[in-house]
Amino acid sequence: MQWHSAAEFFAMGGYAVYVWGSFGLCAVALVAEPLLLRRRRQQIERSLKRRRAADHATGAWAGMRTGESR
Amino acid sequence: MSMATHRFSAFHFASPATFHPLAGRLQPVFMALAIVLAAIGLYLGLWVAPTDAQQGEGYRIIFVHVPASWMSMFLYCVMAFWAAVGLAFNIRLAAMLASALAPTGALFAFLSLATGSLWGKPMWGTWWVWDARLTSELILFFLYIGFIALQASIDDPRRADKAGAILALVGVVNIPIIYFSVVWWNTLHQGASVSMTKSPSMAQTMLLAMLLMALSFWMYSIAVALARLRNIVLERESQTEWVRHAMA
Repeated sequence: MQWHSAAEFFAMGGYAVYVWGSFGLCAVALVAEPLLLRRRRQQIERSLKRRRAADHATGAWAGMRTGESR
Repeated sequence: MSMATHRFSAFHFASPATFHPLAGRLQPVFMALAIVLAAIGLYLGLWVAPTDAQQGEGYRIIFVHVPASWMSMFLYCVMAFWAAVGLAFNIRLAAMLASALAPTGALFAFLSLATGSLWGKPMWGTWWVWDARLTSELILFFLYIGFIALQASIDDPRRADKAGAILALVGVVNIPIIYFSVVWWNTLHQGASVSMTKSPSMAQTMLLAMLLMALSFWMYSIAVALARLRNIVLERESQTEWVRHAMA
């Protein structure tokens, strides 16, 4: 153990801005990326289900290449 | 498991339909590994590892800077490899994997530059210098961005795969340039070694913390690349029967 107090730990020998800035930036980025991917996945699933429901509503056209011009 | 009913072949999981559920099962395993490795790595790096003789506590940036830099270079090689496989053997999934790796590689290149900048300011007195190591890493970041932008600009996915693959392969030349830049040119950027205040056993703590963080970033990259690949597969295969069944 290097530290005598919590304050000393957070001060990082005067380099607090640089050390915590680096670790904080990495933490934010590496937490945000999986969350954004999960949100994207939910969007894709919703749109696929909506399209499937629309295919059913228009008759026995499921599997046919309809409604793809968008 | 249903997989046992299939006759196994090397190309079995190259089919998006069989790969998609497999990746869904593997992804949380790699993410859990990444979190455990990061927890140990951060504990050792921030709590146990000793103060550096020259840089004081400022050197601790190394525990994110070096792993991020390694991953930015490594992921580029992996991306170029799968892009080449996709190009040579016309395997859709390999090309999609290359596309899935690019944003994560770009993120690590950005983190490498940003944490390097935060390290440079207190140690060199400047956020940035046009030095060989820094400039070649910046070019790596632009290569990732160029790859993503090029693929996004081409409507036909198969043509986008091919164009991206060629760009990725040409850009591989930059990787040895980054790696050897500290040897080939006079540079402000330090070499691999960092001097210690204490006994050699403590140096091992620092090395171990750095390797654990690098392993964590690696596992994270696999988890995130699998998640993005699943998204790409679902979007690209949205007209197929298996996706319709999966979304039922």
